[in-house]
Amino acid sequence: MRQAARPFEFTACLELREMLGRSAWDERELLTAIEDVPQESIFYHTHSSFLRSRYLAAPYPNDFATWAAIQVRDRVLGERLAAVDPFDYTELEALRAELITIIDDHLSDLQAVPRIVYGEPFHFMRSTIIEVPSGVTVRTLAEFREGLRRVDLSAIYYHFFEPRGRRDPAAPAEWLEDELGEDQLAAQVRRLNPYTRSLDGLRDRLLALCDERLGTPRRG
Amino acid sequence: MAEAPIRLDDYRRVVPGGTIDLLHRLADRVRGRSLLHVNSTRVGGGVAEMLQRYVPLFEELGVPVRWEVLAGNEMFFQVTKSFHNALQGTEQVFTDQMLRAYIETNEANARTLALDADVVIIHDPQPAALIEFHAKRGPWIWRCHIDVSHPQRRAWSFIRQYVVKYDGAIFSLPKFAQRLPVPQYLMYPSIDPLADKNRPLDPDEVNGVLERLAVPRDKPILLQVSRFDRFKDPVGVVNAYRIVKKYDDCRLVLAGGGAADDPEGAEVLAEVQEAARGDPDIHVLVLPPTAHYEINALQHAATIIIQKSTKEGFGLTVAEGMWKAKPVIGGFAGGITVQIIYGVTGYTVNSVEGCAFRIRHLLNNPELARRMGENAREYVRENFLITRDLAEHLALMTAQLR
Repeated sequence: MRQAARPFEFTACLELREMLGRSAWDERELLTAIEDVPQESIFYHTHSSFLRSRYLAAPYPNDFATWAAIQVRDRVLGERLAAVDPFDYTELEALRAELITIIDDHLSDLQAVPRIVYGEPFHFMRSTIIEVPSGVTVRTLAEFREGLRRVDLSAIYYHFFEPRGRRDPAAPAEWLEDELGEDQLAAQVRRLNPYTRSLDGLRDRLLALCDERLGTPRRG
Repeated sequence: MAEAPIRLDDYRRVVPGGTIDLLHRLADRVRGRSLLHVNSTRVGGGVAEMLQRYVPLFEELGVPVRWEVLAGNEMFFQVTKSFHNALQGTEQVFTDQMLRAYIETNEANARTLALDADVVIIHDPQPAALIEFHAKRGPWIWRCHIDVSHPQRRAWSFIRQYVVKYDGAIFSLPKFAQRLPVPQYLMYPSIDPLADKNRPLDPDEVNGVLERLAVPRDKPILLQVSRFDRFKDPVGVVNAYRIVKKYDDCRLVLAGGGAADDPEGAEVLAEVQEAARGDPDIHVLVLPPTAHYEINALQHAATIIIQKSTKEGFGLTVAEGMWKAKPVIGGFAGGITVQIIYGVTGYTVNSVEGCAFRIRHLLNNPELARRMGENAREYVRENFLITRDLAEHLALMTAQLR
């Protein structure tokens, strides 16, 4: 089995959550705040909500959709926001623009602005990701597979969801390609879309891809 | 029975895989940097309980940690009790003399307590003014454990003048965030999975406790654990049970603390007893505050756990119930809404009728109830265990010491 000259080290991470002290009580306020808040807040409520759905895929895949559907009880806006796949956008500003367009368009069709009656307001947040070396270092595909199985799920988030981890020259797909010559597996990994999965579900899929390549039956 | 000291490794069997190793690696990032906690009591109350658990675990992680306790006279603690109530929204009177007592006590403690550490965490309003009287060596963080969503303005303005001098504040829920010029961090409270209240029990232990409490296990048990307080809506729970009982046989257990020193609690307890009168399937249990083991057994025995609060701080009894792999039906209030994922780990409800409907739904769909209970336990495992809280403290130290 091919050995990598440069080992791959899994990096786990932890989210330190920060409240911005800004809230929305209706969908117009949500819209205005989405226009104003820092990019990190857009990121927090779309991408990093996956870090908070490790084993359970939440009913709606981002915080804005969840709030509209559950707290405001506006299922239509909830569904429309849920359809936004944050991984389609390489720039957060483009994602922000899409969210604004959807809410603005939705409000333009309504006589009254939907607001919370019994629900909770939307609280804008952001977070700082603290990287933590996992101590799991691998050199072969079999070791990579075993590492994937062992590491804290935050490492799956870091390497496959978090832009720093994904753009890193030491990202898993690049490593598989450059160090192990596993071009096809790397392509499959790049094509994976975490959008509808929990982190645990994504880990399962990654393990299955490794097992297919290793020609081993599916293990736990 | 005294609990045996709990070691970090003991948590490996219950927390998510990799968590303890992650804690050690996080601790490596702040190796040699000291941490100081300051609060106002060594025993009694949630914060002291939390620090009793945290301090040995931080030590085990190699983080030099100390815990200092503010000393004050009766007048001081009366004033801080008033602050506590006012910050939680109850109108209080503050005289200049009271404010002076608060400031002077903090000033005196700043001279006597050893407050030098790389990171200092000050808990709640009592020691908040220490920052005024001690030169900081590193970041100071104010951790607020109480519900400050609707504080009395004068009380908050007074405390705020000190809070703005900190390098950050920690609140338990986003809605407690204030307009402050310093970072406001979110850290949920947590439960200890190895404490008497939450540790695994075998069926004999559960049966023994229920027998002792005279609660038969012949039909599904609905359980609400809470003080006898109007905001916990125990009478609403009895009414929901009565709607359910017309269609589905079950028992209702309302278990809560004694009400001897709480006149309103005694009144609510009397109302609940009156509402329950004549129904042998309703059990109103008045338990001592130390009845952790009994509460644990009741939660293990329950089919559905209810926390039908109309107003709530964080409501950790929800996480405690979820940890026993039970679906929880909770009122749409406070921290209950961040603990229950609607339709996945339980249901939030806004009315007696809604509560009854969801009880019936779960009683008649045992497979769904079982699945929700499992989801609930996993959700708590990821989000509301003490190890997550420790990790966030270490992450905070890392971020503040960068």
